[in-house]
Amino acid sequence: MKSKSSYWVKTLQNGLIGGGISLLLGLVGMALAFGKTYIISGVITMGQIFILSPFLFEAFMSVRKAPSKKPSMLLLAGGLTGLVGGALLAAFVLIGEVINYRAVLVNASPNLFALLTFNLSLVTGILVLLTASLVTGLIAAGVFLLPERIKAALSQAVMVVVLLGLFRDLIVTVMLRWGVVQYVFLWMFAASGLKIIGALVIFVLIGGLAYWSKGRDRKAIALKRSPRQQQVTRWSTLGVLGLLVLLLPVILGSYFSEILDNVGIYILMGLGLNIVVGFAGLLDLGYVAFYAIGAYTLGILTTTEAVGLLHLSFWLASPIALVIAVFAGVILGLPILKMRGDYLAIVTLGFGEIIRIVVLSDWLKPLLGGSEGIQLIGKPVVGPLVLANQQQLYYLILIGIILAGFISIRLKDSHLGRSWMALREDEDVAEAMGINKVTTKLLAFAMGALFSGLGGALFATKIGSVYPQSFSFIVSINILSLIIIGGMGSIPGVFVGGLALVGLPLLLSQFADFRYMIYGAVLVIMMLMKPEGLAPEARRRLELHGEEAGPGPQNEPQAVKNNPEAPGGD
Amino acid sequence: MLRTWRQRITITDIFVWAIGLSIAGVAIWGTISTLQQGQYPGKVWLDLSIKGLALGGVYALIAMGYTMVYGILKMINFAHSEVFMSGPFTAVFVAQALSKSGFLDRQPVISLAIISLVSMGVPTLIAILLERICYRPLRNAPRLVPLITAIGASFFLLYVFRGLYGSGSFGYPAITPLEQSWAFAGIQIYKTQVAVIIGAVVMMLVLFGIVQWTKIGKAMRAVSEDKEAAELMGINVDRIIVFTFGVGGASAGAAGVLYTLLFPVVNFYMGFFPGIKAFTAAVLGGIGNVPGAFLGAIILGLLESVGPNLFLTGLGVPSPSQLKDAIAFIVLVLILIFRPTGILGERISRDKA
Repeated sequence: MKSKSSYWVKTLQNGLIGGGISLLLGLVGMALAFGKTYIISGVITMGQIFILSPFLFEAFMSVRKAPSKKPSMLLLAGGLTGLVGGALLAAFVLIGEVINYRAVLVNASPNLFALLTFNLSLVTGILVLLTASLVTGLIAAGVFLLPERIKAALSQAVMVVVLLGLFRDLIVTVMLRWGVVQYVFLWMFAASGLKIIGALVIFVLIGGLAYWSKGRDRKAIALKRSPRQQQVTRWSTLGVLGLLVLLLPVILGSYFSEILDNVGIYILMGLGLNIVVGFAGLLDLGYVAFYAIGAYTLGILTTTEAVGLLHLSFWLASPIALVIAVFAGVILGLPILKMRGDYLAIVTLGFGEIIRIVVLSDWLKPLLGGSEGIQLIGKPVVGPLVLANQQQLYYLILIGIILAGFISIRLKDSHLGRSWMALREDEDVAEAMGINKVTTKLLAFAMGALFSGLGGALFATKIGSVYPQSFSFIVSINILSLIIIGGMGSIPGVFVGGLALVGLPLLLSQFADFRYMIYGAVLVIMMLMKPEGLAPEARRRLELHGEEAGPGPQNEPQAVKNNPEAPGGD
Repeated sequence: MLRTWRQRITITDIFVWAIGLSIAGVAIWGTISTLQQGQYPGKVWLDLSIKGLALGGVYALIAMGYTMVYGILKMINFAHSEVFMSGPFTAVFVAQALSKSGFLDRQPVISLAIISLVSMGVPTLIAILLERICYRPLRNAPRLVPLITAIGASFFLLYVFRGLYGSGSFGYPAITPLEQSWAFAGIQIYKTQVAVIIGAVVMMLVLFGIVQWTKIGKAMRAVSEDKEAAELMGINVDRIIVFTFGVGGASAGAAGVLYTLLFPVVNFYMGFFPGIKAFTAAVLGGIGNVPGAFLGAIILGLLESVGPNLFLTGLGVPSPSQLKDAIAFIVLVLILIFRPTGILGERISRDKA
């Protein structure tokens, strides 16, 4: 009896949490930033999705913990959760009639109230808000009752519709370059978001496809193929993927190529930090220092300004920049060899900040340009061709990534890579096993610094100028977040993280203000829910979920996919 | 004996010591040449020292949050700098409202109490929520996990507050009775500085008293000594941890009040440097050690205030105060390299790996 009443208390609590989260999203300004971004034209905006989705989530949490699985009970719990959350928002709106929140909270503007009341008058608006939250809660409970296969298909279809609506502008811009092909797609988009009919068609299409593919046993089909066939499929997928990567700048145009370049530089640095943090387990928060060193060295060596030293070409200067970055990695690595975990993190953070402060100061201004930085940095020249625009630089960055990726993959299962992982797991045991702690750790720092320095050099030549402001602590956090969302130690994870965390905010300008808030939330949520990351390394997953899963049925396809990366084969 | 000592020394040790000695050498050389130049009269140094003491008092109160949480959970609450920021950044609106209504000038003491209450209440709440949502589920996780969570929480809070209150800077209204200064032996002593020093010392005594002489303080020490044993003795460990976070948050809020007396402009980014410096102070004094944090903070405050002029002017560095944050970081790095236990610390950082 008692557990039942405490369950209802929990349900109310979930409702309040949901209301609190959506209120926070509103007050932080995120809902408003997307207030005009329609997902389905004239029906629902992304802002409203932000306001309502916490109810969906919390109602789901309530339903999941329900003591009995009777449909009426679940619907009641879900609906109640949504309603309580909606009531919190309604109370906020009503109090806002009396008190002016705006004196303190900048985003509590009339626009937010209009968003919360669906652009209706106060009373009807609040009624609609309550109904909408109730319905959201009921939907969550209803979905919970459906069989697994339909649930998965439904959520995939909704996801695709939301993404298509959200990225409508980008998709349309890209498609306009495609000539006749555009007419195949453009009919489903409205001026903002999808047309209702387009959304319906996509929903049915994707939902049906997901339902159908979920029914097939992919592993069984894959096993039926002969090894030779499997190899052919694998290589042809790789070939198509490679061709696509090569053609991307041509397909997408210069604006998107610039975004790709930024993502690429971050992926490059992510690959480096992945070695330091993911492989060797050394949490380096001053990673930006090597990025700065690479960028500044290249800047000083190639610029035609007064602070320039030798006026070298890019190809001569970048190896020097890399050598200096690696040297700095070893020098900064030496004093911190004995530290572990949190102290190491703080000291490296200190290094990063010291370098930024010193570069910014008037003291080194004659050498490094102080707060004005260095301009007129040389562009790479290949024969008669100057790699000046973003599309051409893409290929340079791509070569860098391929190099870094190749080195990472080869190192991962090498003697050195295994030593790093041994050190990560237990330093004392690793040392007792005869691993030389000093050289192993220093090599990790040096490899990290190498890729970071390369990233910095490419960044400098891409922008054409460097400023100390570009090298703040936040860059280190940025890179750390992207390797954590992908999974520490996982090389595909770096790509996933880079595309998701650097690519998305650049593509959606509305996200720009909330980028770092989302990074923070991503770090916390990933650590709480999925510490192994979205594209986890096989070994790390076993460590963190060892008892529950083991190599269970759902884990195996991933493990099979990971195998080709292992070096030494064919 | 000598032989084993010589065998134990490695190249890295020599390198590290060379760096340390050269930094010490540069500092000494800079000090001597600054004093020889005699650019600043004695009262400037006294002035800077008082400023440094006040600053040190603020750092000491923030450092309490780091050091107590570290003592109990053995983790760096990286988000503490944002916990600190949340207080004064919220209370500034209360202060402005009080000033606008004229209440601040009529009843400065009551107003200050209201401001302090808000400034201490918000960080307390946030610290407790932080523990409940972010840290409690991870208490037995691998060591990097809570640290990364703390970094994430720090950034999340930073930008949530930016979203809530905007990215602008807000000014605290002047508190008239604290405006004046005394002329004493040729130097100006500002009332705010004296108030900050007194406030910090009183707060530190209160905190020290809580930890040392109350029942819950005893329980806190027991939990920091051995969590399992404390639990067996009937101590509610969860409650003690929540209490610790609460006290840490409240003392960060108190530090926020004092900080705004010294620097009356607040913005969302105000927490980062004081936070890192308070952490440095906690490490300098020996993390997990309450009097140590106070000592470390005073030393760091003095170094930061006097240091740039003393060490760097003689070396011909222009505008040395630009480098004051770098000095704090260098102190942090040197302490962690050469004496990670800090001045008063007995627990070695390595044994909790």
